[in-house]
Amino acid sequence: MSDRAVSVVRAGALTTVQDRGRPGHAHLGVPRSGALDAPAAALVNRLVGNPPDAAVLETTLNGCALRPRSDMTVAVGGEPCRVTVDGRPVAWGAPVRVRAGTLLDIGPADSGVRTYVGLAGGIIVEPVLGSRSTDLLSGLGPPPLTDGSVLPLGRELVPHARVDVAPQPAPPAELVLRVTLGPRDDWFTPDALRAFTSRTFLVSSASNRIGLRTEGPALERARSGELASEGMVLGAVQVPPAGRPVVFLADHPTTGGYPVIGVVRAVDLAAAAQAVPGTPVRFVAVRRR
Amino acid sequence: MSVRVLPVGDDALLVELASGAEAEALHAELLRRRAAGLLGAREIVPAARTVLLDGLSDPGRLASELAASDVPPAPPREQAAVEIPIRYDGPDLAEVAAHWGVPEEEVARIHAGTEFRVAFCGFAPGFGYLTGLPPRYDVPRRATPRTAVPAGSVALAGPYTGVYPRASPGGWQLIGSTDAVLWDHARVPAALLSPGTRVRFVPMGPAGPVGGTS
Repeated sequence: MSDRAVSVVRAGALTTVQDRGRPGHAHLGVPRSGALDAPAAALVNRLVGNPPDAAVLETTLNGCALRPRSDMTVAVGGEPCRVTVDGRPVAWGAPVRVRAGTLLDIGPADSGVRTYVGLAGGIIVEPVLGSRSTDLLSGLGPPPLTDGSVLPLGRELVPHARVDVAPQPAPPAELVLRVTLGPRDDWFTPDALRAFTSRTFLVSSASNRIGLRTEGPALERARSGELASEGMVLGAVQVPPAGRPVVFLADHPTTGGYPVIGVVRAVDLAAAAQAVPGTPVRFVAVRRR
Repeated sequence: MSVRVLPVGDDALLVELASGAEAEALHAELLRRRAAGLLGAREIVPAARTVLLDGLSDPGRLASELAASDVPPAPPREQAAVEIPIRYDGPDLAEVAAHWGVPEEEVARIHAGTEFRVAFCGFAPGFGYLTGLPPRYDVPRRATPRTAVPAGSVALAGPYTGVYPRASPGGWQLIGSTDAVLWDHARVPAALLSPGTRVRFVPMGPAGPVGGTS
């Protein structure tokens, strides 16, 4: 085996391989998947000199620890966290040279949910339908990391970026999601529509890569009956019978039978991926561009 | 054909039609337009009575075009039907027979005598919603979904037949099982069934297809 690899010493709560996902297969029931905080994934790739579609690691809440098998450049971004090599602190949000055999530890996120680990050369597990992303809804792509697993890396292509630290947005104290109403806003009462765009919801701890679940006022339907299954987009705000909105994230199902009250702008979903349970959420109605 | 076009977010459209057959026809027409370079859409997702177009550069203009256009009926598919070998041995066979008001053997005969089409996919990679049974054979979902349905289970719900590509929870009525591989991402194409595919179920004896020599 090539020595371009890292061993996983501590997989963390949920660490997955992610790239830009596999859009274009929704008609076969294949979710798009991909990094939830796409700008953070793109940034760590840029910091280590990778192309934007290279595969990185996405950690959840408590980071992970890796042992490189060769000297390599890494960068950690997304949520701020403590990064150490053999116990000594190193830079977060900047390229770091790590020696073979040392222990790179990515600590718990300070305040958000997901950190991203860019490894020069990118992770080169076998792609599925053109993507190396782990899709937790349908099980496509590599399984989540486990302690002791080994990830193969590609060759370092270009020198890494020369920066001391790259600025990144802080996790949201309040999550403001801009939303265009529809296509099924007519399934809800005027009161429910008002509540949706004026009341405050909270991020639920049941949130995951499939959807950001919320707690708060129940949105009442104006009609009974079932909606026939229809195609779903990234950012769709689906309202199940209990009335609590769910914002669809990267691993969302491609079709669904609950009415979509509105759609969150894609650029706002990176912040949604970093909002810890209990974060207040407001949906602000905006006009279609 | 009456078409209602609903905007979805900033760059998608949901086209709503009067029936599943119309949705199938529009889907075929949209694929034709995309193949001819007349339509730029990242995703074209048919469903029960809608077609979703996602990743559009100018959804406003396309919405007016679609609202004004006439959709020809779907052309018949040239390709042969995919044959799925089946054992009618599902645990809900008796319940389905009771719903249909026929003996269990008759469920197998009716089901295997029907030509199905994949109306759309969803739920899991490679899971197709197959139409073809007359409306009198609609069955409800199970009141309590199973937590684990084995891969290869052939099942009914509402107007649809489906085959579970892998083990998963499910609420459909299980009438049989198959060894066919519905999804294999190492295969091209990965999905055995895609929207528009014609399908027949071929009953198997314990040793292979009934009447077969292999």
